Amino acid sequence: MSADFGPLEAALRARRSAGGKALVPYLTGGLGDWQGALAAAADAGADAVEVGIPFSDPVMDGPVIQEANDQALAAGITPLAVMDALGRLDIGIPVGVMTYYNIAFRFGLERFASVLAERGVAAAILPDLPLEEAGPWTEAADAAGVETVLLAAPTASDERLGRICARTRGFVYGVGLLGVTGVREELAASAVVMAGRLKQMTDVPVLVGVGVGTPQQAEEVCQVADGAVVGSAVVRRMLDDEGPAAVGDLVGQFRRALD
Amino acid sequence: MAEPVDGRFGDFGGRFVPETLVPACEELEAAFRSAWADEDFRGELDQLLADYAGRPSPLTECHRLSEELGLRLLLKREDLNHTGSHKINNVLGQALLAVRMGKTRLVAETGAGQHGVATATAAALLGLECVVYMGEVDIQRQALNVFRMQLLGAEVRSAVSGSRTLKDAINEAMRDWVATVESSHYCLGSVMGPHPYPWMVRELHRVIGDEAREQCQELLGRDPDVVTACVGGGSNAIGIFSGFVDGDAALVGVEPAGGAAIGRGVPGVVHGSKSFLMQDEHGQVLEAESISAGLDYPGIGPEHSHLAAIGRARYESVTDDEVVAAFELLSRTEGIIPALEPAHALAWVSRARQELAGQSVLLNLSGRGDKDVDQMMDRLGER
Repeated sequence: MSADFGPLEAALRARRSAGGKALVPYLTGGLGDWQGALAAAADAGADAVEVGIPFSDPVMDGPVIQEANDQALAAGITPLAVMDALGRLDIGIPVGVMTYYNIAFRFGLERFASVLAERGVAAAILPDLPLEEAGPWTEAADAAGVETVLLAAPTASDERLGRICARTRGFVYGVGLLGVTGVREELAASAVVMAGRLKQMTDVPVLVGVGVGTPQQAEEVCQVADGAVVGSAVVRRMLDDEGPAAVGDLVGQFRRALD
Repeated sequence: MAEPVDGRFGDFGGRFVPETLVPACEELEAAFRSAWADEDFRGELDQLLADYAGRPSPLTECHRLSEELGLRLLLKREDLNHTGSHKINNVLGQALLAVRMGKTRLVAETGAGQHGVATATAAALLGLECVVYMGEVDIQRQALNVFRMQLLGAEVRSAVSGSRTLKDAINEAMRDWVATVESSHYCLGSVMGPHPYPWMVRELHRVIGDEAREQCQELLGRDPDVVTACVGGGSNAIGIFSGFVDGDAALVGVEPAGGAAIGRGVPGVVHGSKSFLMQDEHGQVLEAESISAGLDYPGIGPEHSHLAAIGRARYESVTDDEVVAAFELLSRTEGIIPALEPAHALAWVSRARQELAGQSVLLNLSGRGDKDVDQMMDRLGER
């Protein structure tokens, strides 16, 4: 593996080099047996996982992940508890956290980055921290060796997408549609368009999420993209209290569709 | 008041939004800047403010209450505007801007319902589609305003997540905007949110302060000693402060004790900007709780945080009981039933009467109390 890349980007590039498509499931930290579910996702063939640190006001999330946030917060989860648990977890694939900027800001940006690094967390995604505001965080994250994954949306100009691709680490997270997270009946046409625009301008792995809810949709978007992020569909299983085995089963279905 | 630098007022403000919305915020900033410099746009807005909203709003000197309090109390009568509050100033401007930008749909959040009613009104006037998000709890305590919005042709959608009040209605409105950004304008109701909103909404409300300063010059021959207003997000307060910030008048914002972002908060980032915010040690936003749905907001506009940080304005807080007493006091002494929101400012004036003895105090009476009469009937009727 090239030393130029962090563990997340290295893993995703390796999958691509081997001719495969990357699968990154998202789970909400603190929800049910989330640690068991992470292990099940890894066993079922995930290339990496994103773990949500719950926030009271998740504006980029639809009803399923909102509900997951509310339940996890009601159960008393804290940002440090999520990170500590990740530090004890050994699932053999890179882990990233996904949370909102105020969680990191309140924790202290440098401290947040260094605790992530100490707990072996490879990456962070902060969906309400756009490029123009990201400076203080990326400085702290870079110093600690944490990869900052930036989102790219269909509304951005090519010029803007170029700047996002240049600054992102790990992968570039293409937002599949105009809207918040959640499962839709069909893959939006914008998902494939987004993947195509990003693929044209960067060598960084291009993963698409938001509105990628079924194995078939993942397969469709991965005709162009290097991989898919799958959140609400997985979290739905956890909310339904189906346990780690059900999460593993679903991740396995996605894996087979992408292979 | 100056324009923010890079979208910031000192350390506060910014544009902390999902990537999808960044181009929309940039487009809005450019569109507002161009409209605000365009005499035709300004003329059209001024005409609507005069012929439709009823501006200028009067300045009323409270003779009986002044005597009782031992000071000279002046009210800027935003309660007399069409739709019953200052909110109309902002929405007429934003709705005209939306039309200028080719948008066909307005999305708004509302707490007490005043901003929702104002937005629904502007949408009806200009032939725009309108969706208003309102917390489930607020829908119950402001049923009259819900029906008003529906009469005006707006769709009211219930925000059922989190605390089910104003902050959750804002979350829902932002989620809607993320999905509909190509056709919709988010008509934000206060001086909060991502840049350019805190600046744009202040500019649209500065008419309050500009008029009031002229009216005070006429009545007093100078600025008042104190200018005060209630603060939730802080739009009516910024509006009146903006007329006096370059002078010597003391500026006092009054927050509800249960929603005191500056009184009880620390800097944080939510709803697009960095500002003082009521939050727990982990960064989870706390639920504001006060008698007034319109001030039930755990944050505050970033320019208020800046004015507090540099010491140009100070922020006090009052309890629900003090607010109810002030609500009754103004009703009985002056024949003006205020909304519960500006009753907060009066509650502070009443409490601070000794400190304010002999001074001239300008209070922004930001809304009328019709919407609160039911709630007060329940609370006071039992006596």
